[in-house]
Amino acid sequence: MLTAAAGILTSPLAPDDFRAMVNPLWSRQRLSGRVEAVIPETPDASTIVIRPGRGWREHLAGQHVGIGVDIAGVWHWRTFSLSSPPGHPDNLVTITVKAGPGGFVSRHVVRRLHPGEIVRLSQPSGRFVLPEILPARLLFVTAGSGITPVMSMLRGFALAGDMPDVFHAHVAPTGPEVIFGDELRRLAARFPGLHLHEHHTRPVPGRPARRPAIADLSAACTDLPDRMAWICGPRGLLDRAEAYWRAAGLADRLRTERFQPVRRPSGAPGGRVRFVRSDREVAADGGTSLLAVGEEADVVMPSGCRMGVCRTCLARLTGGRVRDLRTGEEHGDPGDLIQTCVSTAVGDVDIDL
Amino acid sequence: MSGSTHLSARDIEEFGRELDRLRAEVIASRGEDDARYIRRVIAVQRRLEAGGRAVMFASVLPPAWLAGTAMLSVAKILENMEIGHNVLHGQWDWMRDPDIHSTTWEWDFASPADQWKHSHNYAHHIYTNVLGKDRDLGYGMLRVSPEQPWHPIYLAQPLYNLGLAAVFEWGIAIYDAEIERAWQGEKSWGETAGQLGRVLRKAARQGLKDYVAFPLLGGPAFLPVLLGNLTANVTRNVWAHTIITCGHFPAGTRTFTEEEIAEESRGEWYLRQLLGSANISGPAILHLLSGNLSHQIEHHLFPDLPSNRYAQIAPRVRDLCERFGLPYTTGSLPRQTASVWRRITRLALPTVSAARG
Repeated sequence: MLTAAAGILTSPLAPDDFRAMVNPLWSRQRLSGRVEAVIPETPDASTIVIRPGRGWREHLAGQHVGIGVDIAGVWHWRTFSLSSPPGHPDNLVTITVKAGPGGFVSRHVVRRLHPGEIVRLSQPSGRFVLPEILPARLLFVTAGSGITPVMSMLRGFALAGDMPDVFHAHVAPTGPEVIFGDELRRLAARFPGLHLHEHHTRPVPGRPARRPAIADLSAACTDLPDRMAWICGPRGLLDRAEAYWRAAGLADRLRTERFQPVRRPSGAPGGRVRFVRSDREVAADGGTSLLAVGEEADVVMPSGCRMGVCRTCLARLTGGRVRDLRTGEEHGDPGDLIQTCVSTAVGDVDIDL
Repeated sequence: MSGSTHLSARDIEEFGRELDRLRAEVIASRGEDDARYIRRVIAVQRRLEAGGRAVMFASVLPPAWLAGTAMLSVAKILENMEIGHNVLHGQWDWMRDPDIHSTTWEWDFASPADQWKHSHNYAHHIYTNVLGKDRDLGYGMLRVSPEQPWHPIYLAQPLYNLGLAAVFEWGIAIYDAEIERAWQGEKSWGETAGQLGRVLRKAARQGLKDYVAFPLLGGPAFLPVLLGNLTANVTRNVWAHTIITCGHFPAGTRTFTEEEIAEESRGEWYLRQLLGSANISGPAILHLLSGNLSHQIEHHLFPDLPSNRYAQIAPRVRDLCERFGLPYTTGSLPRQTASVWRRITRLALPTVSAARG
C-alpha cells in the first residue's frame, strides 16, 4: 500500500530506484552485496567476504549463489559455492574462488575485487545440502576448489560444536595448495569424529604422480557403503564416483555438485537466433550456448550457474529446436522453457526474451 | 542515391567503410569510464529531481519556487534527452545492466517506451528523411519539405508548431500511435485504440504525480507546486521540440524519395543520414542538455553508440566529410532555430512547391 503510494510519486521509476541510489544494499529489486574483505587463501584462491543487502535469504550449508560483478562497465554473472556456514552473527557470507587459467571472471574476483565494491547477488540455491536429520555417518569427497560447499558444512558443525562421524577425503596437487588446509587440519585435530584424508597428486621424489581412484578411497574408508556421500570436484572425479556408486547399487546415497561447465561439441551447425522481445537477431554456431549468444548481443539474459543446474536461465522457446549440450539430445517445442546456458541452436530459433 | 552528391559509388562505399571502422573503434573501447558516465548522469538527474521537488515545497518564498522549478525542469530535460532517449536506443545495453537497458527502461514522457521505440528507432532512424516513410518529417502535421503537397491547413503551421512545442510529449505520444495509418487502413483501429489506451493510462499516472500527488504533498503550496510542475513539463517540451526540430529541418538538410533509397547500400545509408541531419554547435552543457542530439549527425550515423562518445568522434566525422567533399551542417542553437522557423513559415505558403527549395 505504502509502496503503491510511493510508486505514484516516483513514476515511471520505482521507489526502489531511489532507495538503491541512497544505498545499493537497500534495493529489493536488485539484490546486492558489499565486499567487506578479500582474504587470500592460496596463491590463486581468495575468500570474498560479502555483506548481503536487504531481502537476502539465509543459505543452507552447501548451496551456491550467483554473483554479478562489474568488469570494465559490463556485468558478468557466475555462480560460486558459499564457503561460510549459515548463521553468521553479522549476516556476512563468504565465497571462495580459485582463479582458473581461462577464467576471466574468476581471475577478476580473486585479483581485482576490493573491499567496498558492490556486487549483485542471486538468492542462494542448490540441492547439494545436508538432510534435516543427519545420517549417522557421512563421507565428503572434494577436489581443489570443490572443497567450498563442504567447508560450509564442516564449519557449521564446528560452530555448533557437534561434529558427526565424517570421513573427508580431499584431493589437491600439494599440501600447501589445499584451500582451507590449515583450518581443515585444525578441525580434524579438534574433533575426533572428523577423519581427514588428504590425497596429493603432484609427483614428489619417491612418489609418482597419482590420480585418485575410487578404489583407493574405498580402501581408506572401509565403511564407505554405510556412509551418505557428498562429492564435489572436477568432472572426471564425479563421473567416476557416479559410476562406482551406481555399480554398487548405492546411487541414492550419493550427492554430487558439478563445478565445471559442460563440454562443448564443436562444428555443429547453428542458426539464426531471434530474441523476440528484445528485437535482436544474431547468427549462432552450434557449439555456443544461447546464453552466451544472447549476452554477446547485449540482450538481458537471466543466468545463474551456467552449467545446467540452477535453472535461473530458463527462457521460453517460441520457435525452432535446440540441442542440450550435456546430452547432445535435440529437443524443443514452442512454449517449452529451456535452459539457455546448456542449449544451442539447431537451425533457426526464437526465444521469448 | 549516388546522384545526390558528386561521389562515385566506390567513394561512397569507402566513406561507409571509414565510418564502419570508426564505429568498431568506439565499440572496442567502451568500458569503465563510459559506464561511470551514464551512472553519474542518472544519479545527478535523480538528485536534481528529488531536490527540485523538495525545494518547491518551500514555494511561499518566490526564490524557492524559481529554484525548485528550474531544478525540476533541468531534471526532466536530462531524463528525457541524455538518459531516456539514449537508453531506449540501446546505447547502454552493452553494460548488461537490467536497470539501464533499452528493453526495461520506462521514461517520464507521455509516449510509452515500446511504442516510441518502434516509431523512433525503426521508422525514423532507418528511413531518415524519406518522404512518405519517415513520419518524423513534419510529424504528419508540418510541411517541412517543398516536396510535400501543400494544403491550406499549412497556412496555420507556424502557429500550431508553436502549440506543438508546448505540448510536445502529448503530440509525440499520439503521433506514435500512428492514427493516420489506421485511417488509411494500414493497421486496425483496435490496435490503435489499444495504443492510445496505453498512452492514456501512462498519461494518467504522470498527471497524477505532477498535478495531484506532489501539489497535495505541498499542502499550502498546492498551487505553486502545481504551477512549478506544469512549468517544468512545458519547459522540457519546448526544449525537446527545439532540439529535435533543429536536427532535421534547418537549411542544409535534405529529404529523399522512396525511389532514391531503393537498393540503398550501407555507404549510401550513411550518406543519407549525414545529408539529412544537422548539428548544433555550442558548449558542453548544451550537448548534455540536448542529450547529445546536438551531435545529430553522429547520432544518426551511429544511433546505438554511447552518447558521451559523439563529441569525441565528431571532429573525425567532420574531417572525413571534408576529405570526401561532403557537407557537414552545423550552427549555433539560435541560428539553427531561426533556420527551422524560416523553413516552416516559408513552406506554410503554397508558392514554394513549384520550385524545389
